[in-house]
Amino acid sequence: METKPDLLKITFDGIEVEVEAGTTIMQAARRIAEADASQGHLVPPAMCYYKPLEGSGGKCRACLVKVAQGSAKDTRPMPKLVPSCITMVQDGMVVENVTNPAVLEERKAIVEFLLLNHPLDCPICDQAGECHLQDFAYEHGSSNQRYEEERRTFEKHDIGPYIQLHMTRCILCYRCVYTADQITEKRVHGVLGRGDAAEISTYIEKSIDNDFSGNVIDVCPVGALTDKTYRFKNRVWFSKPVDAHRDCDKCSSHVTLWYRGEEVIRVTARKNEWGEVEEWICNTCRFEKKKTSDWIIEGPTKVLRSSVVSANKYRADTVKKPDFALRLANSQYKPIDDSRPFITDEETVRQLSIENNRKANERSAFENTEN
Amino acid sequence: MSKKILLEHAHIEGIETFDTYRKNGGYEALEKAIKTMSPEAVVEEAKKSGVRGRGGAGFPMGMKWGFLAKPEGVPRYLVCNADESEPGTFKDHYLMKTIPHLLIEGMIISSFALGANKSFIYVRGELMYVINILQQAIAEAKANGFLGKNILGSGYDLELVVHPGGGAYICGEETALLESLEGKRGNPRNKPPFPAVKGLYQCPTVVNNVESIANMVWIINNGGDAYAAVGVGRSTGTKLISASGHIKNPGVYEIELGLSVEEFMNSDEYCGGIRDGHHLKALVAGGSSVPIIPANLVYKTANGEDRLMSYESLSDGGFATGTMLGSGGFIVFDETACIVRNTWNFSRFYHHESCGQCSPCREGTGWMEKVLHRIEHGHGNMRDIDLLVDVAKKIEGNTICPLGDAAAWPVASAIRHFRDEFEWHVKYPKEATRPGAVYMGEAELV
Ligand SMILES: Cc1cc2nc3c(=O)[nH]c(=O)nc-3n(C[C@H](O)[C@H](O)[C@H](O)COP(=O)(O)O)c2cc1C
Ligand code: SF4
Ligand code: FES
Repeated sequence: METKPDLLKITFDGIEVEVEAGTTIMQAARRIAEADASQGHLVPPAMCYYKPLEGSGGKCRACLVKVAQGSAKDTRPMPKLVPSCITMVQDGMVVENVTNPAVLEERKAIVEFLLLNHPLDCPICDQAGECHLQDFAYEHGSSNQRYEEERRTFEKHDIGPYIQLHMTRCILCYRCVYTADQITEKRVHGVLGRGDAAEISTYIEKSIDNDFSGNVIDVCPVGALTDKTYRFKNRVWFSKPVDAHRDCDKCSSHVTLWYRGEEVIRVTARKNEWGEVEEWICNTCRFEKKKTSDWIIEGPTKVLRSSVVSANKYRADTVKKPDFALRLANSQYKPIDDSRPFITDEETVRQLSIENNRKANERSAFENTEN
Repeated sequence: MSKKILLEHAHIEGIETFDTYRKNGGYEALEKAIKTMSPEAVVEEAKKSGVRGRGGAGFPMGMKWGFLAKPEGVPRYLVCNADESEPGTFKDHYLMKTIPHLLIEGMIISSFALGANKSFIYVRGELMYVINILQQAIAEAKANGFLGKNILGSGYDLELVVHPGGGAYICGEETALLESLEGKRGNPRNKPPFPAVKGLYQCPTVVNNVESIANMVWIINNGGDAYAAVGVGRSTGTKLISASGHIKNPGVYEIELGLSVEEFMNSDEYCGGIRDGHHLKALVAGGSSVPIIPANLVYKTANGEDRLMSYESLSDGGFATGTMLGSGGFIVFDETACIVRNTWNFSRFYHHESCGQCSPCREGTGWMEKVLHRIEHGHGNMRDIDLLVDVAKKIEGNTICPLGDAAAWPVASAIRHFRDEFEWHVKYPKEATRPGAVYMGEAELV
């Protein structure tokens, strides 16, 4: 006879859900969203927690929630907001997330804190469009800015031949540190310094000499760790993701190929709906196999309609519901000219930017005289 | 003369050596504990004494010991927190360098009570000479059979390790301290699990302050009940206070808890009063992390009762009108002190010492420091003052460890009680930035 495991019942934003003991509040919330996609907005944002990485979480404080009732036995509320990513559920726990104004207020403050020292250089950042910090700020932040002081900056560093570290953008989530911990035996990658002067570093700039080092790029929620074979090549919304695999002796090779036109411009691991990589891929698959003929194509990657990766990819006649999306597609759909050449020649880029600046100056001079 | 529990023999010449310490009754408590008592009985005395942690939080020590998990076959550890880096606090330093054997004896008794066979003293890295003193004391205790294998023939073994820190304030936070002891980066851990369940090397661990542990010697000699009879209410025993600032006699004093603040401040036995020709402006009663209070709340609480040197009386009035006993760093300001400058200085410390793990503290401490720096240097705006209050509020209670709170409280309390001084800096930047300029009230400007 089958015995049902003991389930704990918790109430999350008024929704009841039953989960096994040892589940975190965050996982319980994800469970709700997995059962009913329309509740996806209830899942607390995670900027540091990454399920596949042991030890991650608890640092960014983006996922703070209010526990209004500790458990059925001890009905007192918890005195402080708690990080939902590492707090275990108790039977009869009542959690308030978007239903508690204090939680939303603090989340707004966390966005502000994370952006204080962030360079906000999205227009030139490769991560733009798939950046968790952008999403977090857009969904939970406030539109005005109160910080007037100087921001901290760092030099860029190469970590080996394939990875560049741009510490100025880092939000110190420690995900790459846990990844490096997990994939290597010797710890060569960690955090140096303290407070807002702390930096991700490899000991004396040694490269992370490991076949799986490229995965730190995928776990990075921002554009601090970037793929040097892909830098400045593309904006993510101009590319089409396709799932593929190959015969690899090092990894499962379950990857996503990012196409622009006919060209594979980037290879990444596959991410689940929470933006987490479940299967690491090796550096050979990631950095060295950029021809379609290297791969067996499985089909288009499932991308959320709300993602910018989907932008410009739906024609009005393919969009059905809702009405708003139809109007949006109607007004915005422009087929992208994927055959435009890449300009990689530095001199041409410089000339173009001088030209653009001149035009912009003219425009603003014109606007100024008009008033 | 107030009761002396820790510093009774501190004035004796040569007390730092084993022989003198032993002649003055040293290691008798250890003999009593090991020969005549069970570990549980020692814990029981600690509980009866009501002694509260002297590292800042004031958690009852016996109760903490009672929480220690005791799974079969897993070692337990006792770790003494001697990292003392809180600005304004320097009592552990004094205790260790003056009567090192008191700490060593307390450590052995406490380890015996907890069933620990290896214990650690984590000493602030700057105090290398104190580390030498402690190591000397340990060698002497070992040579005399009070430490090492089979102590006093009882079959109980204890190894005592002195470990120097690297000079980071955050390593005084108990879980950061444990990380550091394990040889890792001193980042505080998320709690739960608490050290009593998973501490050093994931084993059950008790972390206590130097002064807390040193108290055990007297408690065993005289009994927990005798200790509980000293002091007032739930603030039992005596407390070492590090007095500094604009007073006549700065230094480390042992007081019976419940002494009035007024007597402590003005009696010649203690601080000796504010230096001549000046008067009290503000007090930080328990180290830089606790809220600052203005002169009118120092001797009397908001509802007119005498303010006493005890956990309860100092925190009477909560954050609105009270402060905390904290670690006993008694910092006195007279009217020549600029509160804005002082707040900026504290803030600078917390910015520098934040470990940088969690976003509110990493970013917020730097933000507050920069804004305070601007106000102090004549570039502030009125809205900056409310901004500071708001940032402090957003940090407080939302961080991994209490350093976030410690950074927020001094700023929030300074603005709560001295807002006019902040506003003066904003309104009259020229006057405020003259060398040595101090706010004397709006009237003086006209
Ligand atoms: C940032 C920070 C620094 C601390 N520094 C010290 C310290 O230097 N010495 C100390 O005894 N406790 C310090 N504490 C308190 C410890 O975390 C812990 O509560 C204490 O060592 C427990 O001992 P007790 O119960 O005997 O007070 C600090 C706490 C924080 C949050
Ligand atoms: S509150 Fe500050 S010191 Fe404590 S863990 Fe967070 S960043 Fe580190
Ligand atoms: S995701 Fe929970 S604290 Fe960062």
